[in-house]
Amino acid sequence: MNVLVCVKRVPATAGHIALSADSQEIDTRYLGFTVSPHEECAVEEAVRLIEKHGGSSTVLTLGPEVAIDQLRDAMALGIERAILLETDGREWDPVATAAAIVEAIEAERAAGRSYDLVMFGNESADSAGYQIGVRVADALDLPCVTGIKALEIGDGEAMVRRQTEAGWETAELSLPAVLTVKEGINLPRYPSLPGRLRAKKKEIERIKPQWQDGGLEKIRLKLPVQVEHSVEILGKNGDAGAQVVELFQRLRLL
Amino acid sequence: MVLAFIEHLNGAPTTLSLEVLTMAGRLSGEMAVPLEAVAIGPKGAAAAGIVTSYGVSRLHVGDDPRLADYAPAGWARAVAELTERVNPEVVIGTASDRGSEVMAHVAARMKLPLAANCTEIAPGDPFTVTRQRWGGSLLEEAHLKGRVKLLTLAPHALAAEASPSRTEVATHPFTPALDDKDFRVRLVPQVEADTGKISLAQARVVIGGGRGVGSAEGFASLEELAGLLGGAVGCSRAVTSLGWRPHSDQVGQTGMRIAPDLYIACGISGAIQHMVGCRAAKHILAINTDAAAPIVEQADYAVIGDVQKVLSSVNAQIRKLREVPVG
Ligand SMILES: Cc1cc2nc3c(=O)[nH]c(=O)nc-3n(C[C@H](O)[C@H](O)[C@H](O)COP(=O)(O)OP(=O)(O)OC[C@H]3O[C@@H](n4cnc5c(N)ncnc54)[C@H](O)[C@@H]3O)c2cc1C
Ligand SMILES: Nc1ncnc2c1ncn2[C@@H]1O[C@H](COP(=O)(O)O)[C@@H](O)[C@H]1O
Repeated sequence: MNVLVCVKRVPATAGHIALSADSQEIDTRYLGFTVSPHEECAVEEAVRLIEKHGGSSTVLTLGPEVAIDQLRDAMALGIERAILLETDGREWDPVATAAAIVEAIEAERAAGRSYDLVMFGNESADSAGYQIGVRVADALDLPCVTGIKALEIGDGEAMVRRQTEAGWETAELSLPAVLTVKEGINLPRYPSLPGRLRAKKKEIERIKPQWQDGGLEKIRLKLPVQVEHSVEILGKNGDAGAQVVELFQRLRLL
Repeated sequence: MVLAFIEHLNGAPTTLSLEVLTMAGRLSGEMAVPLEAVAIGPKGAAAAGIVTSYGVSRLHVGDDPRLADYAPAGWARAVAELTERVNPEVVIGTASDRGSEVMAHVAARMKLPLAANCTEIAPGDPFTVTRQRWGGSLLEEAHLKGRVKLLTLAPHALAAEASPSRTEVATHPFTPALDDKDFRVRLVPQVEADTGKISLAQARVVIGGGRGVGSAEGFASLEELAGLLGGAVGCSRAVTSLGWRPHSDQVGQTGMRIAPDLYIACGISGAIQHMVGCRAAKHILAINTDAAAPIVEQADYAVIGDVQKVLSSVNAQIRKLREVPVG
């Protein structure tokens, strides 16, 4: 089977977020980059599917030239091919992103490469539009399930499960299909050194899609208002035991 | 008109849907247009009894029996068809798993932009929204275009507020044109047997463990405290990535959102992606060796020290308190 996984390069923020002077993006001067944990799991799932069922896997991203790092990260885990939809670094909205991905998939099909499964994260880590997978499925007229936490491939079909407040929901759908993945579907492996070296040497296929106005236009970013509050230090190490217990009593937990 | 897409359980709107009705009501007031609602599934008509307190004048019910069970594309087709027919200025749904999925399908079908997880909406031209990024640790102000404005409302962006006066609600059943293709995906619920364990979502106290707990075995002291307080154990992503705990225990942007009375963060640094999962806790107690860890300044109470030393002292003192006096 052939699997395509779509990932998005995002800054790896940690304890605090700082914004750029023009409030257009996160200040990334001191940050590394990564993809959403949901997408890491989608990549891992694709690698496992190919290990089990045979076939080939491809990773795709729409982003600036440097997003090649994220494609190589995926190839280091076992994805074979990579496609970069290269942009000038501006953010593309969900309509425009989905349209570019659809166009790339159609170009692949015209070149004789069709996909049985197209996988996404349930939502991107940064802009979290919760929609690109669904839009791609709709445009390609494929069935789609979002937020899956278990997947099994049978004869021309997929069995999926997703978690709800009350338990689980299951669905069966025929392939080809679009699936969006939530973290927890698997525990991604770490890249091996040979894997990294192999990925470094691989060629990246490039396409330069045409920017379009999708209708959701970012004006500025802002940090949520922080409520003023102070922290009460209850002591150090074992000495704090009595004060912690007293706190539990004050909060009526004991 | 503003159209609210509501989710319901046998006709009872979900809490998030009541929030959507509240926001949609405010919006319809500001825009001086009527408020209508749509519920999918034959049982949706029963929602009339509740939406009457939210200023809804018409309740549309997609009552095709095939829509009784959840089929994302089928439900979306019903909402999209209704939207084309009644021509609202705005359609707003919840940002629950289902609400997000249905509204994404509606947007795709109608070839319209969709603004997900909005917290504020300013109608007008341009139509401006504030929406959550990074699970809510960052906000985006955006202009939303399109002949119909499609939105989902972030959970708990406002409190649901019923009005004391009731409106006359007219129920309008409708049967959308549906074909087999709309039911290529049907989700079948599997309700889990009650294990009797206190769930992370329900627990009054959650004891969260991070990399600082040291090992999978290190969680024994957290489990013991959870047992003593009647709470549940959660964890950070560092811990699930190490395989120490299952992902279902993870709190944060790509895990659970919790709102206990007390969250005890043990050996957790306080990354923003973790904090978005626990910031709704009434109180946070941090236990960390590093007084400069971001969790400490975000907590209400902190103990600077080693998790295991602190918890063994705390657990021992609670056990002593519980000992039945002899004689
Ligand atoms: C898109 C995205 C989504 C993410 N989603 C999530 C999510 O849902 N949930 C989540 O948790 N993370 C998430 N993360 C990861 C997050 O950024 C952090 O990497 C993670 O929360 C760190 O976990 P930690 O605090 O356990 O580990 P660390 O950051 O390594 O912190 C360990 C802490 O333990 C303290 N410590 C060490 N030893 C001891 C000791 N003996 N006693 C007491 N304290 C000690 C240290 O001082 C430190 O503060 C996400 C990241 C990204 C990029
Ligand atoms: N720029 C991009 N390039 C490739 N895939 C993307 C891009 N943006 C989003 N995606 C994929 O679409 C999913 C959902 O994104 P979103 O609709 O923004 O929440 C992500 O988890 C990715 O798998």
